Amino acid sequence: MRVLVGVKRVVDYAVKVRVAADKKAVDLANVKMSMNPFCEIAVEEAVRLKEAKKATEIIAVSIGPKAAAETIRTALAMGCDRGIHLTTDARTDQELGPNSVAKLLAKVVEEESPDAIILGKQSIDGDFGCTGAMLAEHLKIPQCTFAATIDFDAKTVERETDTGTEVVSFPSLPAVFTADLRLNEPRYATLPNIMKAKKKKIDTKAADSLGVELNEGNTVLEVFEPPPREAGIFVDDVDGLVDKLKNEAGVL
Amino acid sequence: MADFYRFSFTFTAVTAAGAIGGDITVLCVGGSDDAANSCGAVAGVGKVLHAKTDNYNGGETISAAIQAAHAASPFTHIMSAASNQGKNAIPRAAAALNASPVADVIEVQGEDTFVRPMYAGNALAKVQNSDAVKFLTIRPTAFDKAAAEGGSGSVEAVAFSEDAASPTFVSASESNSDRPDLSSASVVISGGRGMKNGENFKMLETLADKLGGAVGASRAAVDAGYVPNELQVGQTGKVVAPDLYVAVGISGAIQHLSGMKDSKTIVAINKDKEAPIFQVSDYGLVGDLFDAVPELEAKV
Repeated sequence: MRVLVGVKRVVDYAVKVRVAADKKAVDLANVKMSMNPFCEIAVEEAVRLKEAKKATEIIAVSIGPKAAAETIRTALAMGCDRGIHLTTDARTDQELGPNSVAKLLAKVVEEESPDAIILGKQSIDGDFGCTGAMLAEHLKIPQCTFAATIDFDAKTVERETDTGTEVVSFPSLPAVFTADLRLNEPRYATLPNIMKAKKKKIDTKAADSLGVELNEGNTVLEVFEPPPREAGIFVDDVDGLVDKLKNEAGVL
Repeated sequence: MADFYRFSFTFTAVTAAGAIGGDITVLCVGGSDDAANSCGAVAGVGKVLHAKTDNYNGGETISAAIQAAHAASPFTHIMSAASNQGKNAIPRAAAALNASPVADVIEVQGEDTFVRPMYAGNALAKVQNSDAVKFLTIRPTAFDKAAAEGGSGSVEAVAFSEDAASPTFVSASESNSDRPDLSSASVVISGGRGMKNGENFKMLETLADKLGGAVGASRAAVDAGYVPNELQVGQTGKVVAPDLYVAVGISGAIQHLSGMKDSKTIVAINKDKEAPIFQVSDYGLVGDLFDAVPELEAKV
């Protein structure tokens, strides 16, 4: 089995973002960037398949600026075999949306013919959570989203739902899988593997050279910060809390 | 317009549809005739299309039903609550029409302009969508539920051919609980790493039961294995906005705050006075949760 994973370079999850002065986007200057946490889980799942001798090759694909090559290197250091970097100057948090990304990934899938495509369930910058299902539709293949466990032998996926989990059986491969939090705990790349990853191949080409018509239906007119909550008060004890909840907030 | 009858919060999409204007049609995929009829009774609904199927309601099936309904009588907006099924089906249906979905809408500003959160709600984007058919998912906490009565929607069947490549249902392990659903509960009691173990969450369950509320958790508590993932409140879990949110032993990481900061009244109980949770709480109690929670339960 050959596996293709998507990896996205995003603002690190621990950074509190700020809106840029022109109110058109979030300020990315001098902000720590990392691999999207859900993409890390996708990579880990693929690497475990390879360690279990179920996968023979893992290809990590990223669409993003020049610096997204670092994110691919991280995926290679975690255990992916080679990388594909589709370069773009468009901001991947708001200019290049899920439909464009899905169409670009579909093109790569057509060229590489992997058996499984594993993506994160959402990226933590744009927060759309749409790319996996859109990719599956563009390829007309099954989608198994919000995966908590994937069993390729039994062809089943346990999915997170609104009220618990459900197990579904996917009829065929290739299929698209999107990784939810509990799928696994991603490893850290070790120094020897980081050194080894430097020798692995990354195929770089411009995203607009693939002959994919990118159409973005969404234009961001303005980005603004949510209204801050007014500062609350400290109560001295439980009696004080109950009093406030009953008589001030009226919620008890 | 499409929606799925399952949870009460699906009808927040009807409210959002009303804010856009125009006739509202509910697409009911699967389910009984009774279910379809009750969709028609929802206030504001003009028509119900019933796509009958006994198969698994995955993204493929619902998307196929949406496409059939749209082909029969074209819609300007196709939307659902941002439920698990909505998040599964709306993007797939949008891709079929080469459209860009607008996910997690929290405000309708016009027929093509919507506000949605990015970066875990730390930034809000005003988005204009130019697609001929606009695909939206609606954040349930941002809109009221449409009333279950008052509509006069007649039910029509819509035929659709199902995708042979669709996954099939094997089993479900739903949390069997008499408590209200976390996403729609008016009271939520959440625990964090400060709870120390899963056993201690019983304390929160007792309090939640007394207040008719649901139990939630921070990602840290889920990661530590105290409770299952479906209880997770935050950017990577559920977004809730109850009348009362009580955060117990939760420090208040950014990703948790983004899941609960729109709650009407927030109470934080934590022994660390500097914990960031206190910056968003209306009432903070600094102290040992193992003393405070039982005392609170006794006094409410």
